[in-house]
Amino acid sequence: MLSVRVERTLGKFRLAASFQAGEGVTALFGRSGAGKTSVVNAIAGTLRPDRGLIEIDGTTLFDSERRIDVPTPKRRIGYVFQEGRLFPHLSVAQNLRYAGLFSRGMPAKSFDHIVELLGLKDLLDRRPGNLSGGEKQRVAIGRALLSDPRLLLLDEPLASLDAHRKSEVLRYLELLRDEIRIPVVYVSHAVEEVVQLADTVVLLSAGEVAAVGSAEEIMGRPDLRSATGTFEGGAVIDAKVVKQDMQYDLATLAFDGGELTATNVDALIGEPVRVRIRARDVSIALERPRSISIQNVLAGTVAELSPGQGGIVDVSIAIGSTILRSRVTQLSARELGLAPGMNVYALVKAVSLNRAGSSPA
Amino acid sequence: MHEFARGNPSPMSLTQEELEVLQLSLRVAFWSVLVSLPFAIAVAQVLARSNFPGKTIFDAVVHLPLVLPPVVVGFFLLLLFGRRGPIGALLDEWFGIVVAFRWTGAALAAGIMGFPLMVRAIRLSIEAVDRRLEAAASTLGAGRAGVFFTITLPLALPGVITGALLSFARSIGEFGATITFVSNIPGETRTLPLAIYTYTQTPSGDAMAMRLSLLAVVLSLVALYLSEVLVRRAARRMRGEDAVGPG
Repeated sequence: MLSVRVERTLGKFRLAASFQAGEGVTALFGRSGAGKTSVVNAIAGTLRPDRGLIEIDGTTLFDSERRIDVPTPKRRIGYVFQEGRLFPHLSVAQNLRYAGLFSRGMPAKSFDHIVELLGLKDLLDRRPGNLSGGEKQRVAIGRALLSDPRLLLLDEPLASLDAHRKSEVLRYLELLRDEIRIPVVYVSHAVEEVVQLADTVVLLSAGEVAAVGSAEEIMGRPDLRSATGTFEGGAVIDAKVVKQDMQYDLATLAFDGGELTATNVDALIGEPVRVRIRARDVSIALERPRSISIQNVLAGTVAELSPGQGGIVDVSIAIGSTILRSRVTQLSARELGLAPGMNVYALVKAVSLNRAGSSPA
Repeated sequence: MHEFARGNPSPMSLTQEELEVLQLSLRVAFWSVLVSLPFAIAVAQVLARSNFPGKTIFDAVVHLPLVLPPVVVGFFLLLLFGRRGPIGALLDEWFGIVVAFRWTGAALAAGIMGFPLMVRAIRLSIEAVDRRLEAAASTLGAGRAGVFFTITLPLALPGVITGALLSFARSIGEFGATITFVSNIPGETRTLPLAIYTYTQTPSGDAMAMRLSLLAVVLSLVALYLSEVLVRRAARRMRGEDAVGPG
């Protein structure tokens, strides 16, 4: 259990954030300059807050009142940086075992396990200079894990990778999330990554915590849109693959409230996936349409109408216990006479159902 | 004054005297580099990574031998390290070490003259080490000394090699401070430049001076070549590339 309360003023920027993170992945999410990196640096001890308290599992790492400031090497916090920061003069294996030089290494069993988990076996004798971006990040993650950390910090670990490498590393991160039992703080400004990985989202905005909640909650809230940067708006849905149609490359995903058809779903039957449906990809009809190219027609009720700027309305549609969001013009909303409680059909283009993370943000 | 052997030495082999001069020069240069290297690395690290009041003055003092006339350095050494000098007397009394008019004194003079060059090269190379790597090392448990010896120093290795070579070359060429401090004693302090100088002062010594000068040229070329190879290899290593081919 990580508990953080930090305050720091730097010029005009004021950071005053507090949150707690338990097991699983806590995403520190927000737009560039929101103070995400400052918070993780304070946790790692590379940035000293003006005031605050940082505790993990009952151990105090920083306390301005009691004048406690545990130095970075003694904090036992694994840190994966955006640019990997592998040591260029050491081989991959030496990088992985680096913490062992300072009696922070893990037993051989864990070493083999993590090498296996991250697929590093064939890289061990290589030097970092010749690795691809994705391979570098995997080694960096392994190196941090092998330092026997109490907490793992990942600061935009995918930001410098192209879309293909991103999804490669993301798959490994998913795997880790389910395997290791230490809390992870994941910094990102990419909606897709957060949606796919996070158990809890801490939304930072201008140095303050704007909201805490599940990915579904935070991404769905229209009032947080300027802080999340998800101007498009949308809904995050937890689903499970129930059918893969090889002939048309279509997958059927079951969620609480119905089924969706999607292309490009790189997952096995039975595997859980999270998908994000952008509000602009959802249209509304009052009757079930026929002869239409759209594959997904879901019956639901209008839950809420929130008018936005520029003549648009975001409509929340309840389908079972799932909330979908649709963006329509104010004109259409009036013509259709949309009001809370109305029965409507949500039309979702199948192609818009990319698995979160496999498309660039 | 000691007389060198006369006659016509073979052009392809070294005479006994020449061998002696060469060996002495190499020994003096080797020890001057070896002993000054740890100090130079420490001073370079302090200059590259610390800020303290008086740093500018410290920096200037370190660079002094570069701008002072070598004779002046030799003279100061004589005052300090002579048998009756404050440091020389202590060294003699406590450790039985005498540097005045010994080859060890020649090494001391050479080390001091080469020191600024060494510090400069190492400092530049330490300043070029990515501090973010050092921060990463500290999150993995490395304290300040750990970071220095496992990250900073290995990554600064090309600069350390360059610095050592510059100082080595400077030691081989050292003349003014050496002759002032430890004089020109054959077999003890008569290094290559001193021997060349002696021949130029000897009637019909020009041929011998030329032979020794050519020897100095060869020595410098070999040293330059070796350092180039070493620096290149180290730099490739620092870039984190896999070794290409054997070696």
